[in-house]
Amino acid sequence: MSEYLVNLKINNIPVSVKEGTSILDAAKKLNFNIPTLCNHPDLSVAGNCRVCVVEVKGARLLSASCATPVSEGMEVFTNSEKVRTSRKHVIELLLSEHNADCTKCFKNGHCELQSLASEYRVGDHVFIDLVHAKDKIADISSPSISKDDSKCIRCQRCVRTCEELQAVSALAVIKKGDHQRISTFMSKPLNEVVCTNCGQCINRCPTGALTERSYIEQVWNAINDPSKHVVVQTAPAVRIGLGEDLGYDPGERVTYKMVAALRHIGFDSVLDTDFTADLTIMEEGTELLTRLKRALVDGEKVALPMMTSCSPGWIKFQEHIFPELLPNLSTCKSPQQMFGALAKTYYAKKKGIDPKNMVSVSIMPCTAKKFECNRPEMRDSGYQDVDYVLTTRELAMMVKQAGIDFMKLEDEHYDSIMGEGTGAAVIFGATGGVMEAALRTAYEIVTGREVPFTNLNIMPVRGMEGVKEAKVMIKDVLPAWSFLEGAELSVAIAHGLANAKKVMTAVRDGKANYHFIEIMGCPGGCLGGGGQPIPTSPEIRGKRAEAIYSEDEHLALRKSHQNPEVAQIYKDFLGEPLGHKSHDLLHTHYKARIRY
Amino acid sequence: METKILKKVDLIFQESNVNEVIDIVTKTVTRSSDDIILDIIDSGLKGRGGAGFPTGLKWKFTKNEDSAVKYVICNADEGEPGTFKDREILDTVAPKVFGGMTICGYSIGAKEGYIYLRGEYNFLLPKLNKQLEEYNKLLKDNKIDFTIAIKSGSGAYICGEESALFESMEGKRGEPRNKPPYPTVAGYNSKPTVINNVETLVQITMICKMGPDKFKELGTKDSRGSKVFSVSGDTPQAGIHELELGMPLADFVEDFGDGDTKAVQVGGASGHCVPRKQFKDTIIGFEGIPTGGSMMIFNSSRSMYNVLHDYLEFFTEESCGQCTPCRVGCQQLLKGIESVKKGERKPAYLDELKKLANTMKISAKCGLGQSVANPFNSIVDNFKEEIIY
Repeated sequence: MSEYLVNLKINNIPVSVKEGTSILDAAKKLNFNIPTLCNHPDLSVAGNCRVCVVEVKGARLLSASCATPVSEGMEVFTNSEKVRTSRKHVIELLLSEHNADCTKCFKNGHCELQSLASEYRVGDHVFIDLVHAKDKIADISSPSISKDDSKCIRCQRCVRTCEELQAVSALAVIKKGDHQRISTFMSKPLNEVVCTNCGQCINRCPTGALTERSYIEQVWNAINDPSKHVVVQTAPAVRIGLGEDLGYDPGERVTYKMVAALRHIGFDSVLDTDFTADLTIMEEGTELLTRLKRALVDGEKVALPMMTSCSPGWIKFQEHIFPELLPNLSTCKSPQQMFGALAKTYYAKKKGIDPKNMVSVSIMPCTAKKFECNRPEMRDSGYQDVDYVLTTRELAMMVKQAGIDFMKLEDEHYDSIMGEGTGAAVIFGATGGVMEAALRTAYEIVTGREVPFTNLNIMPVRGMEGVKEAKVMIKDVLPAWSFLEGAELSVAIAHGLANAKKVMTAVRDGKANYHFIEIMGCPGGCLGGGGQPIPTSPEIRGKRAEAIYSEDEHLALRKSHQNPEVAQIYKDFLGEPLGHKSHDLLHTHYKARIRY
Repeated sequence: METKILKKVDLIFQESNVNEVIDIVTKTVTRSSDDIILDIIDSGLKGRGGAGFPTGLKWKFTKNEDSAVKYVICNADEGEPGTFKDREILDTVAPKVFGGMTICGYSIGAKEGYIYLRGEYNFLLPKLNKQLEEYNKLLKDNKIDFTIAIKSGSGAYICGEESALFESMEGKRGEPRNKPPYPTVAGYNSKPTVINNVETLVQITMICKMGPDKFKELGTKDSRGSKVFSVSGDTPQAGIHELELGMPLADFVEDFGDGDTKAVQVGGASGHCVPRKQFKDTIIGFEGIPTGGSMMIFNSSRSMYNVLHDYLEFFTEESCGQCTPCRVGCQQLLKGIESVKKGERKPAYLDELKKLANTMKISAKCGLGQSVANPFNSIVDNFKEEIIY
């Protein structure tokens, strides 16, 4: 954007803004609120809903304020009679093709169209109902995402999300006029197309057209069944997101209130995915070092760079788009699935619970995890390892349903075992976090010294840049790792699948020389996951990231290999990283999928 | 107001073969591009697609853009119901279109020209491609650095809207863009682009051949030159007629009507419906009702409800669907008149619909949604009893 200032008047008040600023942003500067629907801070400008129209003096047409740049001497009116009439018409039109069964809708109370309808009091005038009966049958083929065309207002935020942020384009516009819809390739069900279940579309859908498949009732049923022992695990990013749906501003850490709430709700064991995040570092770190040794010492042809495998949206993306790079994926299951496999084996054994009576629930910032837990290979405990996945949003709903005054809860701590996590595990929730955690441990294993960064904070791998690169010099290694002496470890980090695609294209074309790559499917990493509170924006994700790193700094243990419960499980159960038991329970394989 | 009596003209369809056109082009490009553009501005030529933007100004804006790559595009996506003149032009005098494109390319600094041909006109392709092959070769022989190619559309009405046309040419879904930026700044491939109607480009060739003064002898101050009209409906003379601009509709009806003319839809489905009582005071031209050339004549046997219903069905289907006022507004207008006709809604509901049409006129994203109010309001206002009863 240019530095040149443009002077204009909005509602007769003068304002100067940089050239290229939209009327919408200029109005914001004067605290004039202009409603929007298709506009989103993460996406390109569409200008198609027309709810943000304003009047520009001398112009024949109203202007979409989101899509119209300011110009010198412009006089804008954001609330003239023409504007109000048009805006009201637009809202009424949208409502006429919207299945407004608000009381039954998952998004009731969180719907942008609903709030506009209520703000503009459109109830007194109704156009003809245009909702097609056929559209009312939601696509629930995906275990992660429900798509209800009768609620869709065609703002195309989902389409832009899927294309611009995720480079997947599972959702696209089809047909025209009254038949125009948002659909998939050949209008196939969502579970048969390239959709990665990342849920970023859900985070940006203004209505209830795209929502997560909810399993709240199933979880309540399990909790209320006295014959079941219900264990719950909570992912790192849930603790810094949950507060947003329960009255806090973005960036509030609510870890121990959340633990208390889960007990109030009635979970029998309240455990932490952070435990298996630490375990992932042990397994994945060892896997990386082993791959490097096989390549450098044994001269074997080993798939490098190795890529992280924590993010199930990313995994499915890779299976669809870059199947030739599947050998490069770490074979480690995600922390959720490691947890599930251990809950119904190790935990059950230690606690004397029959795994057949165990129900394993996980609270995730993610919708792809709902798909992941249903993958047929995720049954290594002899049962489905994780039975139900709830999003952060669903947990907030359960807290409200349970009548818990969340803000007034006293802090409580996770149960043991499998309830201990280090700061290294917490930062899994932010882009670059897995890399940082892995480096903290691997560097120390190889050299016997802490990573050479102040206070363990590896700043080069942090931040919201789409693709980050870093190099770590390995010197003065322990004798067992002499083959790494003087090596420079080259790593890359990408978040959001569009960025992942850039890195993968470079890797596939032999244009990248990395050893290790961290990919998170969602913008910002799990803290921006498809199951996190809505709305999302770069600003909100920035605050969540601050909270994650602050959580890390507040913990006494900040390196995965320091986790005493991790040491214990290797001693009592697993043996060693990449050992037999690990192989059986903690590692997996992938399969190539079709490209549409 | 200056009015002209109806006069038939024969400029556009004057036979011109490839060699004659090349002759006009080679002579024209010996002059400076500024001089040529000044001539076009001086001629008063306005776009023949219907919107009527001054062609010379469009060229000047594009010429002034600093860009190594620019484009000339001929809009041959003739989709307006009731319009069929561009087909005839391309069928009979296509080299004159090529000439206009070449002169434009020279004037604005573009080396590539494209004809965006509506999918339904693909039957013209073999002939056009053959002519183009010969024409492009002659350009090369004459050391004129310009080539013309054809891109076919797929039949969507919206792709005649210039920015949707660019999207379509770029291989994307044909949806109009936000404006600004305008095509003169960022058109095809986001490069400065002149997009002109088929007929406009023929006029360019003719102006360059005969000079702007000769062109200015035709038409009125606000509507210079002649225009090809596509005449259809209740007329013994259905077909294509080149007439001077600026004539009263009454003269037109006297010549082309069947003696029982009740209304004329000027400018196609997106144009205005003029009832008999307004024929005398209506000028066909930019000072009155501008038109891309479609003149649909209805006699007293026609139901104006059916006419409006047909138009609204057309717009409901052909809206690209991206913006709310157009996508949903068209459906509401259509269902609205149906429900009034059936007596489900009171006649006063038509007033609500007119308000909605006026909202569409000022808040839809592109010309499609903005122009639905033209037929809607003019038919509802003038033939209300036919809509209701």
